[in-house]
Amino acid sequence: MLATIAGRPVHVDPEGFLTEFDEGDEAVAAALAADIGIALTDEHLEVLRFVRRDYRERATSPTLRRVAATGGFDTKRPFVPFPKKPAKKMSYVAGVPKPVGCV
Amino acid sequence: MTTDRPIPAFDDDASGRKLCLICSKGSLDMAYPGLILANAALNEGIETHLFFTFWGFEIINKKTLGRLQFSPVGNPATHMPTLLAGLPGMQALATRRMHRQLAALEVPPVSEFLEMIADAGGHLWACRMSADMHKLTLDDLHDRVEGIIGAAEFMEISAGAQTLFI
Repeated sequence: MLATIAGRPVHVDPEGFLTEFDEGDEAVAAALAADIGIALTDEHLEVLRFVRRDYRERATSPTLRRVAATGGFDTKRPFVPFPKKPAKKMSYVAGVPKPVGCV
Repeated sequence: MTTDRPIPAFDDDASGRKLCLICSKGSLDMAYPGLILANAALNEGIETHLFFTFWGFEIINKKTLGRLQFSPVGNPATHMPTLLAGLPGMQALATRRMHRQLAALEVPPVSEFLEMIADAGGHLWACRMSADMHKLTLDDLHDRVEGIIGAAEFMEISAGAQTLFI
């Protein structure tokens, strides 16, 4: 479906995740983050940039393990900026599909 | 905020949910189900406890956790003839193969997986009777194990939780 985020048309799936990678950027990320009660800081942006870079290279949303192992982020860290459900939240805000990997 | 689009309710559904996993097996293939489920639960914001008992101690014993084995013997799911499965070297071969498969899926080794679970807020508990049987203390166990507890204490911890015996 077509929604308006950060003042422009963006495609989202029935849960609200962006379906077109190229429609995401930091302005959209800020709006999506605000939806789920997160005010973006540099710490968030650092993780989000990795998520988008990784998705661009592999066409798969990274799991938390990948964010830690490949992105070089401390395994505790994603839980701080994105509490409770870090993998899903960071994918949602980054504008990539919900991650499907098990670890 | 009014919106024309769906917004995931990330913080709603897991509140109050609690999961306890009893890990009782010491083989490589039976160590991972508990670790993977625990990790998945924590990523969903679910309070998670792992209770290692009996052979499950191999998963948290510093001496053994890095060299868990997978045996094709007595496992018809490997589709290997029984006699062949028991040949010398077959277990080592099967174990190496499984390690390769796990690494290809970016599944961390046991020690790192336990770290990851503890970092995510998971609780690791060792069974008192198993520790006594094997004459092990907290010092012999993975550093992130919180304590050695009896079955009765586990009952208190697991009150109201969904519990799985693996």
